Amino acid sequence: MEKFTTHTGIGVPLRQSNVDTDQIIPAVYLKRITRTGFEDALFSAWRKDPSFILNQAPFNTGSVLVAGPDFGTGSSREHAVWALKDYGFKTVLSSRFADIFRGNSGKQGLLAAELAQDDIELIWKVLENAPGTEVTVDLVSKTVICGNVVAPFDIDDYTRWRLLEGLDDIGLTLKYEEDITAYEATRPSFKPKTLPARLS
Amino acid sequence: MAKTLAEKVWDAHVVRKGDGDGANAQPDLLYIDLHLVHEVTSPQAFEGLRLAGRKLRRPDLTIATEDHNTPTLDIDKPIADLTSRTQIQTLRNNCQEFGVRLHSLGDAEQGIVHVVGPQLGLTQPGMTVVCGDSHTSTHGAFGALAMGIGTSEVEHVMATQTLSLKPFKTMAINVEGTLKPGVTAKDIILAVIAKIGTGGGQGYVLEYRGSAIRALSMEARMTICNMSIEAGARAGLVAPDETTYAYMKGRPHAPQGADWDAAVEYWNTLLTEDDATFDAEVDLDADTLEPFVTWGTNPGQGVSLSSKVPSPEDFGDENAKAAAERALQYMGLTAGTPMKEIRVDTVFLGSCTNSRMEDLRAAADIVRGRQKDPNIRMLVVPGSARVRLEAEAEGLDKVFKDFGAEWRFAGCSMCLGMNPDQLEVGERCASTSNRNFEGRQGKGGRTHLVSPVVAAATAVRGTLSSPSDLDPAPDTAAIRTDAA
Repeated sequence: MEKFTTHTGIGVPLRQSNVDTDQIIPAVYLKRITRTGFEDALFSAWRKDPSFILNQAPFNTGSVLVAGPDFGTGSSREHAVWALKDYGFKTVLSSRFADIFRGNSGKQGLLAAELAQDDIELIWKVLENAPGTEVTVDLVSKTVICGNVVAPFDIDDYTRWRLLEGLDDIGLTLKYEEDITAYEATRPSFKPKTLPARLS
Repeated sequence: MAKTLAEKVWDAHVVRKGDGDGANAQPDLLYIDLHLVHEVTSPQAFEGLRLAGRKLRRPDLTIATEDHNTPTLDIDKPIADLTSRTQIQTLRNNCQEFGVRLHSLGDAEQGIVHVVGPQLGLTQPGMTVVCGDSHTSTHGAFGALAMGIGTSEVEHVMATQTLSLKPFKTMAINVEGTLKPGVTAKDIILAVIAKIGTGGGQGYVLEYRGSAIRALSMEARMTICNMSIEAGARAGLVAPDETTYAYMKGRPHAPQGADWDAAVEYWNTLLTEDDATFDAEVDLDADTLEPFVTWGTNPGQGVSLSSKVPSPEDFGDENAKAAAERALQYMGLTAGTPMKEIRVDTVFLGSCTNSRMEDLRAAADIVRGRQKDPNIRMLVVPGSARVRLEAEAEGLDKVFKDFGAEWRFAGCSMCLGMNPDQLEVGERCASTSNRNFEGRQGKGGRTHLVSPVVAAATAVRGTLSSPSDLDPAPDTAAIRTDAA
């Protein structure tokens, strides 16, 4: 995973709550077996509407999405994160993220930064009054800067550390393989195994 | 310190405690007892293993089925959609390469992954269960800690049989009282979500408790736990009891002999201790609950079926007001319209929420001896091939077909717009599934989430209806005897 320290890019105000992952990427795009190439799928239903924010310059070249509360609800599809990244987003700001989406983002190097809703509103106003304003999201100091708005954001320390270092989760866990093996030795015999298969 | 059920299950699976305390704590490394796999969220995970030269650590704790992409008609023919066919074939190749048990289309154990696990007896109390699907919370009905995960985590579990997780907060959902006839588990969970909102459970594991929950069957408990994710919770669970054990006993992978006794002894310890405290509590009165239905485009936008489409002005919060306005426009609804006057085009009975035997029986009891509204199409999609066989053995297929419904093969079907079963633009559906998001059941489709009995009554009348709205069926008893 690429390291994330700080990013500056055009902010995109998405004034909507409950942006579920079916909106971020409809199921029809989930048939692919690759991990890349989802840029066209991002918000594909909404992008058919010419007035949608990503159809307007300069927002179409944005890389910082500023969304309403409860972003990424619903389906666990990591494709939502892949699509945001493939389109060019490096970070999403919201006052509340769905758990699974936030977890998926952390695994893929997309920064999900949690801000107070009041600060989101201030940033929306700046971006709407001066389209093309750049937003700086600094993971080191956990601060967002947009125009005259300077706002702190939350992210759990572990995810922050992994993002800053660009660490691969599986590699980290496999350092504890002996602990895993020791745990497995304690597994009671009544717990089920899928193999050999027993059928009704 | 006294523990809740969720904390007990968590603690029993800690392979390695994370360093540090409080907000600075690193995640715990948790062992995963069962990993369920399907075609949509696994191909990139298998590919990741291959690229890193890693093996799948525990094929014997892993099981796969085909469900999201599969058609529910002509299942003996090659899948017409080429990308779907490729994805299914990729799962088959991957399972063969990594030694994973797979139940393919046409197999008697194929079906929706969350119907198959419990049915085989693989889901048991006190386990950790994960799957690359948010509705994995279903398995919490057994007192298991069951979570939906993303593809990176799928790969992590494949490689290590563990997950790095930060402890969750706990929330009690207390449902006391007795449900009225025609009110079901689906109405309980829709009412809970309407009460706490789609983000209300965020960061929590929910424990459903109280006399109304204890009185529910296992399949009804699965319906409730299934939709925990729609309240934003990562998991939801119910303490195991005699109802759980009776459901499990004799299932193919349930413990046998001395193992059964040892298991029950352990399972009996899986309850929240009296002096344990939850981080939050929510109460719901079962006595006054009515059939529930959604009017909007997220599962929290629901009301009693006997009430009216709300107005955006009813919402104080600006975000909720804007969301309501947008939802009414998408749904093509006018504030103030009685819900029961809303005419639907399609009724979908199926999905991991409501596609089990009890769901089919309850709906069949409503439609038996009746004719569907001529303008309605109704799809009945059993959750698994096994459910389909059992239903046919009871003659339910005939009941639905006589009523005028389509009797399909098992799969996720119209719950998500991924296989051929989809709504058209503007088509309105009463659906027993779990999500009413924009376009969820097909681009431009409009979804009202309902229980199986409301779905069935709606198919009779053509408008959103509860069973109590129906005229008596002609000589139901006689027809039932014929069918059996």
